[in-house]
Amino acid sequence: MKFLLAVSALYISVYVADSGFAGSVFADFLKTFRQVFPVFILVFFVMFLSYVFVRPELVKHHLGRDSGLKGWLYATLGSIVISGPPYVLFPLLGELRKHGMKYSLIAVFMNNRNVQPMFLPAMAYYFGWKFSAVFAAYVLAFSLISGSIIGKIMQREE
Amino acid sequence: MKSAFKKTLQNVKTALPMIVGILMLISLLGPLFEKYYPRIFTGNYFIDPLIGAVAGSVSFGIPIASYVAGGELLKGGVGILAVTAFIFSWTTVGIPMLPLESAHLGKKFAIARNSINFISAILIAILTTLTMKMIQ
Repeated sequence: MKFLLAVSALYISVYVADSGFAGSVFADFLKTFRQVFPVFILVFFVMFLSYVFVRPELVKHHLGRDSGLKGWLYATLGSIVISGPPYVLFPLLGELRKHGMKYSLIAVFMNNRNVQPMFLPAMAYYFGWKFSAVFAAYVLAFSLISGSIIGKIMQREE
Repeated sequence: MKSAFKKTLQNVKTALPMIVGILMLISLLGPLFEKYYPRIFTGNYFIDPLIGAVAGSVSFGIPIASYVAGGELLKGGVGILAVTAFIFSWTTVGIPMLPLESAHLGKKFAIARNSINFISAILIAILTTLTMKMIQ
């Protein structure tokens, strides 16, 4: 909300300096917002469905005690279905770490947040489905690579 | 069902003001900077994603906000290499979040994860762009 207020204040300043320019850019903003609004409705609907059908407790349970390959799978799936800003996820992952979650799995969990299905319609709207699929595949692959590297770096702390 | 609705509503409350703010800011700054984009983003396979990764690393938020910002920048003339690195690093590299990440997961982990992801952002941007060129 603070960010929106700051941008609104910036608009007011621009309006005072050049009302014509401010009016024209605000009209551009409204046009863009009207175009993307239906995509947001779809995104939040898919998000609602994921909250109805996916139980985070189940994912947390499997992440809490590392179970080899299954742990990597749950870390990947967990990050895809559990959404939230970093300041909410860090305390959660910190707690899971205390319960034995490996650093490599935490890294995998953090890195896959870019490919959440609920946000895919928005990504496809801007970049197309083909780009979204290619990008998601690389993100998934790199999350596993970086998870392995971090696992090695943090070996002494495990 | 009620809990799912509450969680979604909470997300809408957090995300919507940020998305509206980003769209307003890009609408405002776009016309001022658009003419410089072709000079800054030349399609260089190292410089473009490097700029995108730096911009994404100092920003943070939910992924959808990065798609909106990246998509609007792409429409405004910023190259796909820079935008791809930007949307990846937006969610996976968080310079402003480093103290919080260090507090919960340790300094060594936070620095290693963010550094590896910064390099990954550049590599993913290059690989995604090359793959798109090959399949199109």
